[in-house]
Amino acid sequence: MSETKKPAGYYLRERFMPHLWCAGCGHGTVLNGLVRSVDELGLKKREIVMVSGIGCSARMAGYLDFHTLHTLHGRALAFATGVKLSRPELKIICPLGDGDALAIGGNHFIHAARRNIDITVLILNNRIYGMTGGQYSPLSGCGIDATTAPYSSIDEAFDAVRLATASGATFVARTTTFHVHQMQQILTQAIQHKGFSVVEVLSQCPTHFGRKNGGLEAVDMLKGYQQNTAPVGSKKLENSPDLIPVGVFVDEERAEYCDRYQGVIDRAQGGAAARTAPVGQGGAAAQGGAP
Amino acid sequence: MGTKVSKSKNLIDSILINREWCKRCGICVAFCPKDVFEEDEEGTVSVPRPEDCIYCELCERLCPDLAITLVPKSQPETQTAGDAS
Amino acid sequence: MSNATAGSPASGTTPASGPATTGTTPASGPATTGTTGRTLCVPGNEACAEGALYAGVGFFAGYPITPSSEIAEIMSRRLPERGNRFIQMEDEISSLCAIVGASLTGSKVMTATSGPGFSLMQEALGYGIMAEIPLVIVDVMRGGPSTGMPTQGSQGDVNQVRWGTHGDHSIIALTASTNQTLFETTVRAFNLAETYRTPVVVLYDEMLGHLRERLSIPEPGELPLVERLRTGVPEGVDYHPYLIRDDGRLPMSDFGGVHRYNVTGLYHDMWGFPSTDPHTVDDLAHHIYDKIELRADELAQAQEFYMEDAEIVFISYGSPARTAHQVVHQARMNGQRLGLLELQTIWPFPARMVRDACRKARATIVVEMNMGQMYYHIRNAVENPRSVFLSNRVDGRFITPKDLRRVLRIVEGQGE
Repeated sequence: MSETKKPAGYYLRERFMPHLWCAGCGHGTVLNGLVRSVDELGLKKREIVMVSGIGCSARMAGYLDFHTLHTLHGRALAFATGVKLSRPELKIICPLGDGDALAIGGNHFIHAARRNIDITVLILNNRIYGMTGGQYSPLSGCGIDATTAPYSSIDEAFDAVRLATASGATFVARTTTFHVHQMQQILTQAIQHKGFSVVEVLSQCPTHFGRKNGGLEAVDMLKGYQQNTAPVGSKKLENSPDLIPVGVFVDEERAEYCDRYQGVIDRAQGGAAARTAPVGQGGAAAQGGAP
Repeated sequence: MGTKVSKSKNLIDSILINREWCKRCGICVAFCPKDVFEEDEEGTVSVPRPEDCIYCELCERLCPDLAITLVPKSQPETQTAGDAS
Repeated sequence: MSNATAGSPASGTTPASGPATTGTTPASGPATTGTTGRTLCVPGNEACAEGALYAGVGFFAGYPITPSSEIAEIMSRRLPERGNRFIQMEDEISSLCAIVGASLTGSKVMTATSGPGFSLMQEALGYGIMAEIPLVIVDVMRGGPSTGMPTQGSQGDVNQVRWGTHGDHSIIALTASTNQTLFETTVRAFNLAETYRTPVVVLYDEMLGHLRERLSIPEPGELPLVERLRTGVPEGVDYHPYLIRDDGRLPMSDFGGVHRYNVTGLYHDMWGFPSTDPHTVDDLAHHIYDKIELRADELAQAQEFYMEDAEIVFISYGSPARTAHQVVHQARMNGQRLGLLELQTIWPFPARMVRDACRKARATIVVEMNMGQMYYHIRNAVENPRSVFLSNRVDGRFITPKDLRRVLRIVEGQGE
């Protein structure tokens, strides 16, 4: 029984609640889990910058009392790279949609992973473009109905976990909005992990995906996540390999990009001893004090 | 999943539902293992059997609207919001 | 290359105000690392980079593109020497996005590109304008459109700089014709970016970018610098990132600091949260436009040569202005009353300055390396549009004195 030191309201911009997500949308459950992970880690609100793109998932930033940067569709990780490399001491969390991350944002996703920059990415995978009314996405997969696939989609889907792993992410996991205890635990691990962390969260969209694909409601879709998944390395998965594996796939240590760049600074300044305080840069130096 | 301490019946003082935030999606009603919740035909949720609650937290964590708060019996009132970090 | 006058065109006063000095703190130039206080012989791109370093750039993100890659290369070496940071991103889109992020942490930021890359940057430029983010973009213009002519110059991006990104907005764009003025223009770009909390484009052609000539770097403090204006609102007190002060400035608060707020490309209220309230939207739409457009006169900057009694006025900017200066200078030796107005502020368009400059002139010849992108704005600004002529080249070659003298003869009715 996890003890929430602070109520969820402490982390929320409550004046904007109730949020704009539809009834039964999984994104609220991800927000729910994220607040618990941040609380469990005891992070200070001023240490966190949430950088989001455009879409239903991106609106999460507005509800959280962190430094929030609501950017352009697909470009959150590019903005986040600038924030992180400029002030490495900040904790960066990026809630991305499936299209936001892997369609228009795909190039930035694989490069941020390749660099292993210390950013925590949440891919809120509802297999649809919700905000724009229900078009299919790179994670929809074949055989689903969407407003742009009236004759059933023919696009294969990425495996986000294998894509992130191949690109160089050093923490990769998948969970669902049904597995709420596991989700908090995985989000905590991901945020804590030093390096590029990717957590794909299967998150139901009853309004567009559910309605168009079997007339499913939130409860049905959550039951679907329960029945169609199996823990990584479990007997259940071994017996029926077509279930979706959930859990932690990659958890390894590799030099983080900002740390490597500190090496560049040391070499540029003739060895660590000659390091001088950053010049003309904001951050602690200009503000006269650690953040 | 975290170790689960066996729960006696009276661990829960109250189950709060924020009616303003709740969008009546029915998830809590469907997944509560002890059927503590009930919803009327409009989906409005009520808590007729709070004493059956085993404090598994599924409702509080699943709720997409962050509208459910479980108030444990023994612990002191948790810190209120508003202390700037 | 025709015998360009050595160094910056000699005589000529700068009528308009020098670099923005509003709210400058005692000039705290960068610590003397490397080259301040010395005279170098460098290409224009290096002069631009030195200007940025002098202004205190603290973060650069870029992507290789001819003819501006040298700027990224210099930044990759010099920034870490000062404990600052450089990154080569995966494309120009992410380069501009990255510097927006870095600017919000309190750094002075810059990227550099050329036409094709600048085209990719348009959406993020619009974001920088809407969210009012101080940043500098250098566009070293090459032959366009499309891949065009990477190793030859043009001035074909002038109107794209003004209207490349969608929606009503305003932008500041500066240019220069020599390494020395390019250095000063780049410092001015950072000052204006901080003063008006806006993206500023430094726009020059490939010729200047790769033209090696003298550059003397001022001592720290010699050129005034505008530093980041940060809010004085203490912790726990409500800070409004988008509440305009009476002097028109918007104090910032670094990400990681005591104030937590939202930054978005959506129309937003004074706290930075999305709003579609018509009153809020109308106010912001006007603010984003008027913030710079209504200051066109204040931001106007040009160098004048022999303009007092000029009968025929050349108006030019960038490298072509060097040729125009050569022609005007020699004509004056022969008693011919020509004058030159060399624009250094491109946007907001200095309409009043142009109108005044042409009022007494019998004819005006606009000299630029495109199909007349400034020419049309100049025609609209002057009282007698029919007296405005265009002398241009779009073949990638430098405009020569011969080109100008040919147009001059036509204008004076003497045929080629």
